[in-house]
Amino acid sequence: MCAVELQKLRHDRTELYTRAIQPALWLLIFGETFTRIRAIPTGGVPYIDYLAPGIIAQSAMFIAIFYGIQIIWERDSGVLTKLLVTPTPRAALVTGKAFAAGIKALIQAVVVIVIAALLGVAMTWNPLRLLGVAAAVIFGSAFFACLSVTIAGIVLTRDRLMGIGQAITMPLFFGSNALYPVAVMPDWLRAVSAVNPLSYQVDALRGLLLGTPAHLPLDFAVLVLAAGAGITAASSLLGRLAR
Amino acid sequence: MSDEQAVVCEGLRYSFGDTVAVDSLDLSVVSGEVFGLLGPNGAGKTTAIRCVTTLLPVPPGTVRVFGRDAATERMAVRRLLGYVPQQLSADSGLTARENVALFARVFDVPRRERRERVAQALDAVGLTDAADRMAGTYSGGMVRRLELAQALVSAPRLLILDEPTIGLDPIARTGVWEHIMAVRAATGMTVLVTTHYMDEADQYCDRVALMHQGRVRALGTPESLRADLRARRADGSAPTLEDVFREVAGSGLVEDGGEFRDVRRTRSTATRVG
Ligand SMILES: Nc1ncnc2c1ncn2[C@@H]1O[C@H](COP(=O)(O)OP(=O)(O)O)[C@@H](O)[C@H]1O
Ligand SMILES: [Mg+2]
Repeated sequence: MCAVELQKLRHDRTELYTRAIQPALWLLIFGETFTRIRAIPTGGVPYIDYLAPGIIAQSAMFIAIFYGIQIIWERDSGVLTKLLVTPTPRAALVTGKAFAAGIKALIQAVVVIVIAALLGVAMTWNPLRLLGVAAAVIFGSAFFACLSVTIAGIVLTRDRLMGIGQAITMPLFFGSNALYPVAVMPDWLRAVSAVNPLSYQVDALRGLLLGTPAHLPLDFAVLVLAAGAGITAASSLLGRLAR
Repeated sequence: MSDEQAVVCEGLRYSFGDTVAVDSLDLSVVSGEVFGLLGPNGAGKTTAIRCVTTLLPVPPGTVRVFGRDAATERMAVRRLLGYVPQQLSADSGLTARENVALFARVFDVPRRERRERVAQALDAVGLTDAADRMAGTYSGGMVRRLELAQALVSAPRLLILDEPTIGLDPIARTGVWEHIMAVRAATGMTVLVTTHYMDEADQYCDRVALMHQGRVRALGTPESLRADLRARRADGSAPTLEDVFREVAGSGLVEDGGEFRDVRRTRSTATRVG
């Protein structure tokens, strides 16, 4: 399943290029500006450095959260219908698609990392740490892709999924430590951040890329569990799409 | 032709809210035959098919495919099926070969045999030369043949085709049917096909069921159905299958045959084909 999605990507790469624009703008404009203002306490690292892992996670999430649209399109076109009539278990189909979304996000992450490096962000080049970065990106995106498929399985139409996707991306983004540390948040936002897998992903990326203090075992435990829960939920609702 | 039953439906009923799409359907398809489920848009053909393919649950009634229960032995049933849905369902972002290879993989065709089997399936539908083109560049008839290859690569015992020729031009329609008949002659597989083109059914099906408003109104070989009507009319005319259908469906065929959504769905399929 995963391999098929990547074949498609090989045939049509435009989506990879266009998607690099937004994170580049975030880093360039938001990052450069706030580095100058020094309004956000980042524990000594330049703000743009602090921001880069947040933008990697954010751009990956923004792709994954609309993954369900592709599933609905596949439903309407009969591609999904046909796959559901094969002996391949739903969980295997969903896992394949989730990890394909993860790998797309990873390619995107590489682009953001290159842009960040060009902007002078000091990141690690230790291969083991980069492997950890890749894992964090893939598991996080797999979770958000499954969340999206789960929502698709509930609302069943493209328009409603778009609406819900748009309604939750910003709260997920701002309700995380992607732009600012948890320490500066009001209590209620901290609560949101504590249950938001994006925060754990950002924490892991920051720890690995910049060497800032992080809770890596907890972060990865949360990401793997979230991805597992997402796959379970999405595969149990996938059949509803074919009704 | 053996007497084994490929598909048996008993008392099958399926409703979407208040709409009863399939109403106490009894049907049996004999192994090795080409069985046509005929009826106008909205007759309930697709819904019945989707119960057989395990896509829809089977609340009242039973559906068996080669003796396996479609409600309780879903995986076993899926292994026996090749399914071509009503919409054009090839993935336009992949080449034809990749499309077929995907189905070889999801049907657990052993890795060593895959290349060979994919090539054979493409060859069986006459797409070998175009196999490495993107499916998005295919014409409607080619997409249908590609879907046929996707369904055949797992060597199913039962091939299910939902409106395989909808929206195609006459030449493409003949092409699709010729490939279906050739494969069936070569493998002896059972074919369950729906259509609303009575002339096609007359020409290619061994037996047909005429369906209207969720129920089967007549069942038999096309010749026997025509002969029966001819005997009933007793005016020496030679009725077509369409005449038979008009008679068994009675009045109301034009008024409530096919609702807006059916028309829209059919049109959009036709547009994608065109
Ligand atoms: N997903 C659905 N939701 C609600 N009604 C449906 C759905 N699918 C089909 N129907 C209704 O069920 C009836 C039978 O439809 P269908 O099985 O698609 O007929 P056919 O394939 O013979 O054209 C129609 O009245 C149609 O409007
Ligand atoms: Mg139909």
